[in-house]
Order: sequence, then structure tokens, then C-alpha cells
Amino acid sequence: MAKLHVSTIVNGEPMEFLCEPYETMLDALRGQLGLTGSKEGCSSGDCGACSITVDGRLVCSCLMLAVEAEGHEIRTIEGMAKGGRLHPLQQKFLEHAALQCGICTSGMLVASEALLARNSNPTEEEVRFWLAGNLCRCTGYDKIVRAVMETAAEMRQVILEARP
Amino acid sequence: MNVVDNKWIGQRTIRPDGVDKVTGRAAFAADTTMPGMIWGKVLRSPHPHARIRSINTAKAEALPGVKAVVTSRDVVDFTIEKGAVMLGIQDMRWMCRNVMARDKALFPGHPVAAVAATTEAIAAEACRLIEVDYEVLPWAIEIDDALKDGAPILHEWHKVDGKPSNIMARIESKKGDIAQGFKDAEIVIERSFTTRPVHQGYIEPHACLISVAADGKTTIWSSSQGQFMVRAMTSMLTGIPQSDIRAIPAEIGGGFGGKTIVYLEPLATLLARKSGRPVKMVMTREEVMRATGPTSGSKSTVRIGAKKDGTIVAAHGAFYLQAGAFPGSPIRGAVGCSFAPYDIPHVLSEGFDVCCNRSKVAAYRAPGAPIGAYAVECVLDELAERLKMDPLELRLKNAARQGTKAAHGPVFPRIGYIETLEVAKNHPHYSAPLGKLQGRGVASGFWFNAGGESSAQVNITEDGNVVVTTGHPDIGGSRAGIANICAELLGIDYNRVSVIIGDTQTVGFSNLTGGSRVLFASSMVVTQAADKVIATLRERAAKVWEIDPEAVKWENGAAHPVSPNAGEFKPLTLADLAEKAPSQGGPIGASVQLNTQGAEGGFGTHICDVEVDVELGIVRVIRYTAVQDVGRAVHPSYVEGQLQGGVAQGIGWALNEEYIYNKDGKVDNPGFLDYRMPVCSDLPMIDCALVEVPNPKHPQGVKGVGEVPLVPVMAAVANAVHNALGHRFYSLPMSPPKVSAELDAPVQQAAE
Repeated sequence: MAKLHVSTIVNGEPMEFLCEPYETMLDALRGQLGLTGSKEGCSSGDCGACSITVDGRLVCSCLMLAVEAEGHEIRTIEGMAKGGRLHPLQQKFLEHAALQCGICTSGMLVASEALLARNSNPTEEEVRFWLAGNLCRCTGYDKIVRAVMETAAEMRQVILEARP
Repeated sequence: MNVVDNKWIGQRTIRPDGVDKVTGRAAFAADTTMPGMIWGKVLRSPHPHARIRSINTAKAEALPGVKAVVTSRDVVDFTIEKGAVMLGIQDMRWMCRNVMARDKALFPGHPVAAVAATTEAIAAEACRLIEVDYEVLPWAIEIDDALKDGAPILHEWHKVDGKPSNIMARIESKKGDIAQGFKDAEIVIERSFTTRPVHQGYIEPHACLISVAADGKTTIWSSSQGQFMVRAMTSMLTGIPQSDIRAIPAEIGGGFGGKTIVYLEPLATLLARKSGRPVKMVMTREEVMRATGPTSGSKSTVRIGAKKDGTIVAAHGAFYLQAGAFPGSPIRGAVGCSFAPYDIPHVLSEGFDVCCNRSKVAAYRAPGAPIGAYAVECVLDELAERLKMDPLELRLKNAARQGTKAAHGPVFPRIGYIETLEVAKNHPHYSAPLGKLQGRGVASGFWFNAGGESSAQVNITEDGNVVVTTGHPDIGGSRAGIANICAELLGIDYNRVSVIIGDTQTVGFSNLTGGSRVLFASSMVVTQAADKVIATLRERAAKVWEIDPEAVKWENGAAHPVSPNAGEFKPLTLADLAEKAPSQGGPIGASVQLNTQGAEGGFGTHICDVEVDVELGIVRVIRYTAVQDVGRAVHPSYVEGQLQGGVAQGIGWALNEEYIYNKDGKVDNPGFLDYRMPVCSDLPMIDCALVEVPNPKHPQGVKGVGEVPLVPVMAAVANAVHNALGHRFYSLPMSPPKVSAELDAPVQQAAE
């Protein structure tokens, strides 16, 4: 069977690729597009290590077909730092030691960014339930939750200070 | 030793590998590719127990795109008759049969053949074309089934009292005379417990990429808890000499003990050699759950005798652990650790290694110790209740201290167990009020910790910075700890120290990352290497100043005269001396290789609060405090991280995680949806109280910290559930169906 042609935008840049109809978006990202920051932990949507956003919506890329990217805007962990400057969440994860082995970290960060885009002032419970689809076996989540909440507080402060 | 006014030791620095891991740059096992790479797949037995009469690979080999097929014929055989060939704690007779079944398949998921093809789909199709003629045999998975008369026998050659048996080993630790001890006791409690097999649950599945050149030179990219273990096992199972195998450690996405053995690397090496192409193999989550790890399920009976004042006089433990398909369950941990926190005159602790038709166990965080501690610490809770004593007071009264002889052998040096009990007792958590259907439990735990072989190089760069190379995969932040220590010793900024993990051909032999040994061992070798570097730097400065090296001291990253008597000289910094190096005798650096000694055991005491939803049978942990003697917290955040992560795993083990088998003897929940590890919304914040009683045998006072945090958890949760409900569970997990069933049981009885 001939491969399918897909045109999409990944981390702000137009991209094209060919894929099999059964290939997942995660396969395409990690394979042809060379973006291995998204990880495959389960291929069943249970671990969240492959989290990306599609038009701003958080999805497990292992549950999305690569052809579904056609005409949509994909964001991955590789697009989070801007011009070599870390996103505040990335910086806070480092400061709080909110990672150990790092295999879940890409997905955690993408999911956390998607949370803060919707809710700039989440409660601990809201953070915990939002991140319930992202498994971490190393940290017990404690430092991750703290990092997300502290980032949210700092980002709110920055917005406040930017007001005239 | 243990200087407390350190500049870098004890600081929460940014880990050296951090930026790579928050930006997606870090390369894990499955992230590497090579030109010409093909894909390997494993054909696995569908049966729990079957004799393999024959394997026909002809159709698979004829499939277009298939480049190589291997079976047990291609794997080096370590015959049973020739006796044990040990590599660390692994017997190669079992390893060769675990990576590829020989005469028998012993669990569903046991590899029987492997294929390499141009695509994953073709490799999978080729696996389907391999014809295996099985003689299906009766099987036994649960301990009782494996021990009963007439049980199916996994290894017929093994006999106990002249009869084939699935009990592969018995070990014991003994002190005093328990018969006398129990005679002296005024109160005796005996209880039996069971735990289910649980998986280490690393999020990164096993993966490797292997290339074998025409001259046999082999390169392995894989993630493991020891690149040297990967090299040695692959060498032994393929016949390629170790000097020809370069094992490069990828970043490891969690291991917890489960990546201390090989599964894929020998197969991928054989496929790469046969096909002449680089071969990549990546396990699915289902393969991980069916064929790797987990730790043992268990059955334990613990009997403890005490005086009415709470003095424990006798203890007996019998721990039966499932080894899975091959001998080697962690009975040593259960036997040695369970009673170690207590000074008991008469102890007998016995362990039984039981083979059964389930995947071979792999190490899991303090292997065996949490299983034993669960039983012992629950009995102690019951004893405290019967004696109307506070459970921490009971433990304080019997606590091991400096000079106590443990049943497993050693006489304890200065240890911090009592301190953990005192800190727990005085912690605000311990006296906080509890609400309705809430309960509080405490438990303690011990782990041996480990030393062993470690190598490191400390090199000064031409621009006067530092590169440290160690041989241990960094699984929880050890690079950050090493960087802190190296910056401290050399008196320079932390950011001038780069720490990397060398591959097998660029750094000296270093044993596994495990046993809670890496920071202990590697900081010992790095300290000695840094001392050598400092000695060189002092000599170089002495040469420039034309004074005696003894008259030069190293301070704040520069050489200084020890006193004005030595002369007045402007300090020479690391950068100054690096610049002068070519004209003064050459590059500055040192490497040290040691078999490190002096690892001391670790103790922890945990407090757990739960709330039970009696309608749904759900137990929720609502507050948790882990207190641990950590020796010296070189990087407190990553020490806390070890505690918090271990506690989370223990909560999973206590409340939800278990292998569930179907009627065909297959794991019925081989994925993260049904094998339910704790998610973020299941847990509270996990408080840590770090007690620092420095290890007197280590230059920075370091003790291993990674294993202890899992040891007390299941008992702490179980004791809390008992405190909440007045009902004690003797089997794990305390999952909603089980809790509901137990809560409903008295009601049913009343209705009858």
C-alpha cells in the first residue's frame, strides 16, 4: 500500500512526512521527524510519556494516528524552550528536582503546560487530577506538584507586574 | 570527615543531566538509530510450562525481509551438570535459559526464538511463521501449588531429601536459641501473611541497539543498571570476548533493580552478528509485564515472643518467596533485614526459594526486605496493641544500637535507628488529630546497603575546569551528588564540574547501580582521585614557586603557600596551573579503581495516615512522613526523592499492585490500566525527615539511601488501616474488592 502524505505544523514549523495508515503520531514523531523527546512507555494511553498538544489540546500521541496531524498544529517537548531559553516550568522542574530518571519528564512538562494554559491558579487537587494520566515511578509526584504550583504562582506574578 | 560547613555538599544544585531531560534531548535506550538498522522481535511461549520438542524456523527464514533467526542453539549453553557459573548474584546457567528457553518453556512469555527483519511488522510476521512443537505440561504458579505433594516440578534434576522439589534453596540467620527464647516469653504472637508479585514498574521498556562488525567488534547501546553487567553477560552468552564489546550506557528510564540483568542484548547481538546489520529491539509494555521482573509473591509466618514490659525475647520468621522460573528469589533480604532493627537475644529467620511457572524475579528495591518487614512490623503492631504500648515506644525499647549483634552477622557500628524513632515520635504528624475512619500506622525498616567495585577518572581540562567520568549509570541523581562532592574537594564552582558516565571501554570496571551503593562507592573513588589531582596541583605550584610541595596548600580552588614562612606568592588557580601544565609535566588528572568497603546499613521509620471509604472499599493515604538515617545528604533533594519514590512504590504494593493470573496461567493485567500503579491523584505530599548520622567509614559520611524507603511502607499502611478499622489484613494488596469483601464479611455472618 502506498504511504500517505501528511502536511502539518510541528512546534511552529511547517512539516511534511509520509506514513503508513496504521502508524501513530508517536511513531512519526520519533521516527521520521526525529523528535525522540516524546517517549513510548505503554502504547496504550496509560502512562502519558508521549503527551503532546494538538491545536492546544493535550493528547497521548500513541493513541493518535499520524495521518490525523494533517492540517493541525502539533506541539512537543522540543518546542517548549524558546530560543535556548527554558520555559518557566522547565526551570522550576530543575530547581525542585522534580525529575529523577527523566523518562516521564517530557510528558509531565507538556501536560503541565497545557494545564497552566487553561488554569493559571490551580489547586493542589486540580494539579494532581490533571496529571493523573502521567505516570512517574521515581518521584512519588511530590516535587512535580510543587514545581507546577510554584511555576503557576510565579507566572501569575509576572503577569501582574506587567500590568500598567 | 563530615564537615558540616560545606559550600557544595548538601546544596540543592541543578543536576548535570537536568537540561537534557527537561528539553527532550536526553537519549534513552530506544532513542538511538543507525544507518541500515533492522528490527528484532522475540517469539515467546504461550504456555506456563511446556517441553519444547522441536522448533522449525524454515518458513520464517524464507519470508522476504527476514535477515536472521536465532534459537537456543545460538546461545552459549551453561549446562546444569557443570555447576554454577556466577556473575554477581546471577548464575549463568539460569541466565542462558532465561534469555532463551532450552528444553522447556517455564512461563508464558519465555523467549523461544528471535527474528530480525527490515521492519517490525515483518519481524512479527516471521515470529508467527515459526513452528514450535510443545508438549504442554501441568504448571504451578502460587507457592502452595508449587509446594504441595505431586506438584509439577520445574527442574526435575533438583532434589530435596531424594525427591524432586520446587524448593531450590533454604537459608537461615540464627542467634541464640529460639526454643529457650519462647519459653522465656510471657506473650507470644504468631501470624501468617501473603504478598503478591509486583513489578518494578519503570516507565521505560527494555530496549537496545546493537551493531556487530565483520571482525566481531560489537557496540551495544542500551539502558541498564550496569553497562559492565551488560558487557559480561552478553559476552558469556555469545562467546564474544569482553574486550570486543563496547557497551554504551544510554540514559535509563527507571530500573529499581529490574534492569540488573539482560533480556534483549544477547539476542540482539546474535541477530546482528548473523545478519551483519545493526539490530534494534524494544519491548512492548506487555512483554515487560510478562517476561521481566517482577519481585516475588510471598508467604510468611512470623512469631514474636516478649515480656510484659515489652522486651522482645524471641523471634522466628519463615519466609517463602516465589523465584519464578529459575532459582534466585531475594530470600537473603527477607531473612537478613526483617529483624535487624531490633536487639533480640533469640532469633531464627529462615528463607525458602520456591520455583514456579512465572517470569524469573529480578531485584526490586531492597530485594526481599519489604516482604519480611511487612510481616514483622505488622506483628510488632499487634504486640504493642496487646501490651497497650505506643508502637514507637515498643520499637525504642528494643531498638538495635551501636554494639548490637544482628542475627545476620554484623555487630552494628554507630547507627541512626534510634534517632529515626525519636524524630518520628516528636514529629507533629505523630500527634496530629485523626478524623472518622482515619487511622495511623508506623513501621521501621532496614537494608544492608553495599560497596564493591567502582572506578572513576578526574581530569582537568586545558581551560582549568573538571571532567569526572564514573562507571555507574545514574538512576536517581548520582551525577549531581558527585558534582557537589568534586566541587567541594577542589574548591571550585559546581558549574565547572562536568560528570559523565563512561562506557565499558573508556572507564574501569564498575559494578551495578543497585544495592544502594553508587554514591557511596563512586564518591569514595572520586574523592581519592580528586586528592591525587590536588597533590599534583600542589607539586606544580611548588615547582613554580621553587618551594617544597609540603609548603603548598590547596584552598578555594587555588594553590597557596601554607604560611608566610613558606614565602609570599600570588595564589595559582586551577586555570593558571592548567595553562602551565604542558610545560610542567603534562596533563593533570587521576584515575582510581577500588573495591570499596565500609558500606553501612540504613534504617528508616515511617508514619502513615489513611482514610477508608467503607462504601467503596478504597483506602487512601492522606498523610505520610518518612524518617531515615541517610548518613550525609550530599544532595538533599535527590535524597528526599529517593524517600518519596520508595514510599509511592510501597503504597502501590500495599493497596493496588498485583499480578493477576487467568485460568491458563497467564498474567491477565499486563498493562498500566489494569496493573494499577499510584497516579498523582492517589497520593498526598510525602514529607521527609532526614536524620544524618555519618558513616564513619566514608570520606563524606555517605550511606546508601535508595532501598530503605520501600522497606517499611506496606506495614505502615497496613497498620494504619488496622488503626482506622480495627480490622487487620494479612494479605496484600488491600485493594477495593478485598477491603469491601472483608468489611462485608461480618455483616454476612450476622445475617446467617
